[in-house]
Amino acid sequence: MRRIHISTKTIYFLLILFAIATVLISIGIGPVNVPAQTVAKIIGSKIPFLNDYIIQDWTVLQENIVWGLRFPRVALGFVVGASLAVTGVTMQALVRNHLADPFILGVSSGASATATLGMLFGTFSFLGVYSLSLSAFIGAAISITLVYTISRVNGRIDIKQLLLSGVVISMIMEAITKIITLSAPNALGLHNAQFWMSGSLAGAKWAYLTLPLIVIFISMTFLMVQHRALNALLMGDDTAATLGVNVSRMQKMLVLVASLLAGVTIAVSGSIGFVGLMVPHICRLLVGSDHKKVLPLCVILGGILVVWTDVAARMLIAPEELPIGVLTALVGGPFFIWLLKRKSKE
Amino acid sequence: MKLKAESVGFSYSDKIILNDISLDVKNKEFVGIIGPNGSGKSTILKNFYGALKANKGVAYLDDDDLFCMKANSRATKLAVVGQEDSVTFDFKVEEIVSMGRNPHKKLFDGATSIDKNIIHNALRQVGMDTMAKRQFRNLSGGEKQRVIIARALAQKTDFLILDEPTNHLDISYQLQVLDLVKSLNITVLAAIHDLNMASLYCDRLYVLKNGSVYSSGLVHEILTPELIYEVYGVYADVRVHPITQKVMITYLPNNLKQLREEKVV
Repeated sequence: MRRIHISTKTIYFLLILFAIATVLISIGIGPVNVPAQTVAKIIGSKIPFLNDYIIQDWTVLQENIVWGLRFPRVALGFVVGASLAVTGVTMQALVRNHLADPFILGVSSGASATATLGMLFGTFSFLGVYSLSLSAFIGAAISITLVYTISRVNGRIDIKQLLLSGVVISMIMEAITKIITLSAPNALGLHNAQFWMSGSLAGAKWAYLTLPLIVIFISMTFLMVQHRALNALLMGDDTAATLGVNVSRMQKMLVLVASLLAGVTIAVSGSIGFVGLMVPHICRLLVGSDHKKVLPLCVILGGILVVWTDVAARMLIAPEELPIGVLTALVGGPFFIWLLKRKSKE
Repeated sequence: MKLKAESVGFSYSDKIILNDISLDVKNKEFVGIIGPNGSGKSTILKNFYGALKANKGVAYLDDDDLFCMKANSRATKLAVVGQEDSVTFDFKVEEIVSMGRNPHKKLFDGATSIDKNIIHNALRQVGMDTMAKRQFRNLSGGEKQRVIIARALAQKTDFLILDEPTNHLDISYQLQVLDLVKSLNITVLAAIHDLNMASLYCDRLYVLKNGSVYSSGLVHEILTPELIYEVYGVYADVRVHPITQKVMITYLPNNLKQLREEKVV
């Protein structure tokens, strides 16, 4: 395959610049446009020490729009994108295949199903705002474990079994979600079936960000520390063991990390598909497969992708909003088919 | 480094694959395991390197219990070159070899210049130092196998297990790979499919049949027409080759029936 010859550092530098620009510009875009410069000033005025140097030349309306409405949404979009991309990388290392993605393998649907169940029965309501995330995490963990167990044939992951069991698990889980949301309309009015199946970042609040931020931070720390073991796992279970990896423990940890990431993400954004498929693939094209390089890049690129897709979702048919998952599926679906075709040629 | 295994047994659910296998490998010895397909060659090695868990028996690597060792410390003592790994992800050659340093790294360690030296030297030993930046996936079968050997070398172990490493390679690569391993002058335990290859490179052989050790000994004691007939069911002419001074096996086809029956009787 042809590789673009830019040094990894340059790629990082450019993408970080692009990420900052993305945040500033995307916050400005909407029914009321706010220039990126003003956005930067408003954000700067919220930072201690820095605020002394900023002259306030914006309106209260602008500040409310930027700080109260759009920044939380963009920030959430960024974290969701980053988490989904990292979930993708984690699952790909687990099943040793490029085609793994929380949406394709039914993990998103599983998380949605248990999240709606949790809301209906109030199982984890004593955990307050985190109850939804916890129930989503459980669903994600169940789905990953099911799909992983079903697709393991003679100790190896069979790709056909993997994809088919993913499809079946997501169908079952979606059916459960639909039954629950349709039969118990009151309590679930906020999160309707469409939210769970095609995702949305609408109504984002600052409070939604805490848990996903903590989880992505912990997960990334773990994965970066274990980057050598992740690389070794891509060589196959037996080889990884000969290179010193405790394979079964590592696999359990990866299931846990992927479920945590997928669970808390889906609890706040519904299922946004194909991000975990597309972003890691693009990252690998840029820097190769070494997880030490791929993971941070996925965080940046995943964030950028979801933020821009969300801009499109709220602008394309304004004042109506498109569910963001609809857009990612529209792009990601063909991408998946292309990957599938390319892989089967080899 | 030496290996001593006693009465190792392994079974899948209720099907017994290995039965009371005992073998030992002395320091710096090149020991081969031969036997027909399904005899358990690869299985016994997998038990040694931890891909399978033995149901019974013990194995000691020097004084350490091999079956109780943690994956990480085992990987600092014993390296494995298996059948060509199918790697579907893009790794550079040097990235693959650097994985050999994994077991020596603590959680927060970065790659040091010592590691880089070791990786570079390992690649030079297998003659792949000019290919360090190439994509592993695009290499030929023989080149890939050499990179995997370099990875094993980067592990800096004194014991090397070869799990039918040359099975799908062209003959030139088979020779290259085994020449290379022989030149390393470390302890080697290898499952080898091709009896002539085993004869060329091994000091001693273990013959497996149906999951048990059928016979063992020096190469010329083992590779006899009688044993080959008993284990493989084929007639063969065996003689010492004038150039290699090693036993050479020629399999006899059906039209030489009379000749081959004389051989066995």
